[in-house]
Amino acid sequence: MADGTHTPAPKPTAVLGTDVFDDPNDGRTAHAREMDDRKFTINFGPQHPAAHGVLRLVLELDGELVTRVDPHIGLLHRGTEKLMEARTYLQNVPYLDRLDYVSPMNQEHAFCLAIERLLGIEVPYRAQLIRVLYSEIGRILSHMLNVTTQAMDVGALTPPLWGFEQREKLMVFYERASGARLHANYFRPGGVHQDLPGELIDDIARWCQEFPAAMKDIDALVTENRIFKQRNVDIGVVSKQQALDWGFTGVMLRGSDIAWDLRKNQPYECYAELEFDIPVGKNGDCWDRYLCRMEEMRQSARIMEQCIHRLRNCPGAPVMIEDNKIAPPRRGEMKRSMEALIHHFKLYTEGFRTPVGEVYAAVEAPKGEFGIYLVSDGTNKPYRVKISAPGFRHLQAMDWMNRGHMLADVSAILGSLDIVFGEVDR
Amino acid sequence: MSALDVIAATEAALTPLGAEMVAELDVAAEVAFGELTLVAERERIVQVLTDLRDRFGFQQLLDVCGADYPDREERFEVIYHLLSMTRNVRVRVKVATDEVQPVPSVIEVYPSAGWFEREAFDMYGMLFSGHPDMRRLLTDYGFEGHPLRKDFPMTGHVEVRWDEEQRRVVYEPVRLQQEFRNFDFLSPWEGAEYPAPVLPGDEKVKG
Repeated sequence: MADGTHTPAPKPTAVLGTDVFDDPNDGRTAHAREMDDRKFTINFGPQHPAAHGVLRLVLELDGELVTRVDPHIGLLHRGTEKLMEARTYLQNVPYLDRLDYVSPMNQEHAFCLAIERLLGIEVPYRAQLIRVLYSEIGRILSHMLNVTTQAMDVGALTPPLWGFEQREKLMVFYERASGARLHANYFRPGGVHQDLPGELIDDIARWCQEFPAAMKDIDALVTENRIFKQRNVDIGVVSKQQALDWGFTGVMLRGSDIAWDLRKNQPYECYAELEFDIPVGKNGDCWDRYLCRMEEMRQSARIMEQCIHRLRNCPGAPVMIEDNKIAPPRRGEMKRSMEALIHHFKLYTEGFRTPVGEVYAAVEAPKGEFGIYLVSDGTNKPYRVKISAPGFRHLQAMDWMNRGHMLADVSAILGSLDIVFGEVDR
Repeated sequence: MSALDVIAATEAALTPLGAEMVAELDVAAEVAFGELTLVAERERIVQVLTDLRDRFGFQQLLDVCGADYPDREERFEVIYHLLSMTRNVRVRVKVATDEVQPVPSVIEVYPSAGWFEREAFDMYGMLFSGHPDMRRLLTDYGFEGHPLRKDFPMTGHVEVRWDEEQRRVVYEPVRLQQEFRNFDFLSPWEGAEYPAPVLPGDEKVKG
């Protein structure tokens, strides 16, 4: 910075906030001075591996300190809500898979719950168990992606490779239940599409037994890792009040020591009768949120084991309501019964109608509260669907969470927010 | 407890709460499908939400969205979804507006309203007064129109493609290879509530 002739006198230690180059006699040119004061504005994304999708951040930097973050979102906006207004309820279920595409069934779940509340129907017990089982698989899928890629964002390459091995196994379970690894379209209004084969339940049970060992490996690799802790502890601290004010949900809320989980507090399906614990953080920093996610995965495996036990106790029970005005008849029945054929035709052309009204149904998705606000005008298509995605609410906090942090912390904070662009942009 | 029992129990608890809110906040309340809906006046929305937060303990604003009802005099609705963790209750507050009447921004009460209101403006074009940063949020840079309005076509007006000659992305009017087919499945199969001389489906012919 200084020109060659000048030897700067020893300076008092710099205090944060004061300009260390304040000395008017340090012999620097006016140009050099100006360069010191210059604020940088840089673009982060939309094609950045740590942006977790297509996020464009406009960062204003003072040296290496972030002074303002302006997220530009919408690069993946597909107009899901508009599209859903033009399709029947059953045709709309696959759109939900394409929101948070790392835990598709959790989204379908919220939509199905909203429709079921409108229709006033009760899902059979076995279907509830299957839904809970696959919601927890979705939770592990999502958290496993998040904790390992967060480690990758701060410099570790191995955790994603280990974690994705588990995700791969879980996606095979998705495939064996629904036929698709990602876009499942498996939860339907009134239940789930098909029953699980017995071998699949056995295989999931075996996976649940092996999973703790895999968790232990990742735990040993990441949790107490010196670099990982240096990059995450005390970074992106969220106080209780901030978490409430900014509409945080899920791990973002629990990481700040607020024990709130819809599975416990407003239990849906059969969560009320299952045993599991809600981990909470103490400091509200990135590391606490990471620890919460790790513990939630263990708890999810615990819930899955209970579901499997109960599923084995009720083989062959219905997984879909019997009302053929809402749920399609079985294939075999359609070969013999004219009535069933008509029902099938009507359901897949006209679809079913819902009573006039509006509902808001929310589930505890892996990333937080995922809500569906559904307005029905009594026809076979929703009049208005609003998808209230946790990632959208959390991403909004990027500005104040990052202010005063270093540039390198942006990706650590972004990683701990657990953003997936499918649901942010919709 | 089954889901239907839960809804019945919630409704039983919400009805007195709704009556209390009607008395104290000067709003209209309705309980349906196990949910409490308040209808407030547009000008008083900041006051209503402040009271709900401070006196009724609704700590979180989880969603703000718009809805379009073109037949109404004030065509837009703005819908706020609040959650109280201490009461374990949700409430929905609705206000009506149109294209020109601004809704007071609630960003001072709940900071989380910032992006929600931007999104509602982007999608429906209703105005929020007092919002410090009212820009479009989800649509493209330079987008025109408000896509979630009922009179906005689902296909949109423009499409983009990469032009090899100009070496840039160009915007062109939407060209559909095939008309969007929106079948009317709400056929009059069910029910014989039609006047005797009219055969089901006849009313569609005359248009």
